[in-house]
Amino acid sequence: MLRLESLSASYRGLKALQGVSLEVGKGEIVAVVGANGAGKSTLLKSIAGQVAIEGTIMFDGQSLHRMPAHEITRLGVGLVPEGRRLFPRLSVEDNLRLGAYAKRGTADRFKPLELVFSLFPRLQERLSQRAETLSGGEQQMLAIGRALMTQPRLLMLDEPSQGIMPRLVDDILAAVQKIRDLGVTVLLVEQRLAEALEIADRAYVLQTGRIVMSGPAREIAADDAVRRAYLGI
Amino acid sequence: MDNFITRRRRHELMVAGGLLVVAIVVPLFIRDVTALNVIILSLLFAGLSQAWNILGGYCGQISLGHALYFGMGSYVSTLLYVHGAIPPSIGMFAGAAVGGLAALLVGWPCFRLSGHYYAIATVVVGEIGYLLFLNWDYVGGATGVYIPIAKPSLLNLQFGKDKLPYLYVVLAFCAATWLAAWLIEGSRWGYAWRAVKDDMVAARSLGVNIFSSKMAAAAISGAFTGLGGAIYGLYVGYIDPDSVMAGHFSILIALPAVLGGVGTLWGPILGAALLIPMKELSSSYLGGSGRGVDLMLYGAMIVVVALAQPQGVVSLFRRRAHGPA
Repeated sequence: MLRLESLSASYRGLKALQGVSLEVGKGEIVAVVGANGAGKSTLLKSIAGQVAIEGTIMFDGQSLHRMPAHEITRLGVGLVPEGRRLFPRLSVEDNLRLGAYAKRGTADRFKPLELVFSLFPRLQERLSQRAETLSGGEQQMLAIGRALMTQPRLLMLDEPSQGIMPRLVDDILAAVQKIRDLGVTVLLVEQRLAEALEIADRAYVLQTGRIVMSGPAREIAADDAVRRAYLGI
Repeated sequence: MDNFITRRRRHELMVAGGLLVVAIVVPLFIRDVTALNVIILSLLFAGLSQAWNILGGYCGQISLGHALYFGMGSYVSTLLYVHGAIPPSIGMFAGAAVGGLAALLVGWPCFRLSGHYYAIATVVVGEIGYLLFLNWDYVGGATGVYIPIAKPSLLNLQFGKDKLPYLYVVLAFCAATWLAAWLIEGSRWGYAWRAVKDDMVAARSLGVNIFSSKMAAAAISGAFTGLGGAIYGLYVGYIDPDSVMAGHFSILIALPAVLGGVGTLWGPILGAALLIPMKELSSSYLGGSGRGVDLMLYGAMIVVVALAQPQGVVSLFRRRAHGPA
């Protein structure tokens, strides 16, 4: 579904990604793990069209290179950005409505709403509340819900466990699994190694902008070298 | 899901309808010309500021060059009348079209800048427009243009000494801008624009085209500003660059919204209702020395609002509809 070939990206001359090749198959959960500053967020932003890149990004046989970000979203690539980036002063409802923006016409724009509420019943209870009044976990749920409203075929999550209490991390990762079971492919970026590898099918380990290891998630979880790479030793 | 929002929006529409009836009826009993003049100017600037609010408030693009669209609107309508014998009731829509077009032309390069840089660029563009008109003979240069006095009629939008018809024309303008803002609030565009204002990165990843959102907001804002400029020109009967295009008009257009509440439906109206009467009173009591006092007054009001009520005066009235803040 998604194929990256020798992808490079840099910020003001500083290489954040160097020759990254990666593949995500339809219906998979693929995790990208790595330490802080390994380039994980840059990777997702590159795919979403928010960072200038060199190399190839193919999504369902279509090149995303130089495609504007909003068109990539409309093609079916949803991003739950780092730090959630909700609209804090808008209500939960308005945040979700904004997610439905990408779909023109009224017929099925709000269709995913049912799904969002079944995944995260708390959001339905807090519909008229401002997003900024939600707890960290609820905000993450809202960010995922908002991305689902764009009706993505590929959902990319950037550190969904960040700043959330452990019990809710499990809830959110369980929701990610359910999302996959509904037919949405998932690309997950995480610092929390164990949790991410538990729900992923395959994983890539990113270190200072390069892929240093890849394979089935279970194998990577069992590998001592990963811990060293992950810790940057 | 729709209930909460539709209920609030219907409520707003009803309040607006009620206010409109009051605004139609009350002036019938006012005979004092000065008072009518203050009401006309207040309504006009409420409408202009609402037009500014569509770009500056909802889409978050602070423009300090709206005098350009205002002035172009009044010049286009006036010159079409003087040189082309096209009645102002038609010409003012040409003024609106040119105002919208000018906003697009300014937006094309300037929206590549963001935040303060956009605001500064609009100041510069506004000044360029002012200087251009000041030195352009065809449009009267610094001498300006008189609008020939015609038989009072709706077609000519001239009503002799009678102020009341002007008041209703300006009221219609003000109502139209409010309605436009109301429609935008509930539309796909309105959501997109607020997303652009709050967080461009998030907006982009939700499929919002940032540039065309800004351009659409600018076009609508500029068109209404041009329309307001055309009406203003007819009302005062004489235009020159200083009276319709000077930089302080840009401030005067933006200020009611800032004072009342940026990005709200009622902010511009409330702000204009406070600001314009105060401005007119200060200049009529202080005569020729009044102009500087205006500016001091604006400054003082901005400081007070910024300190006491940074969301604008309108936030005093806001019910806590969004749950605990």
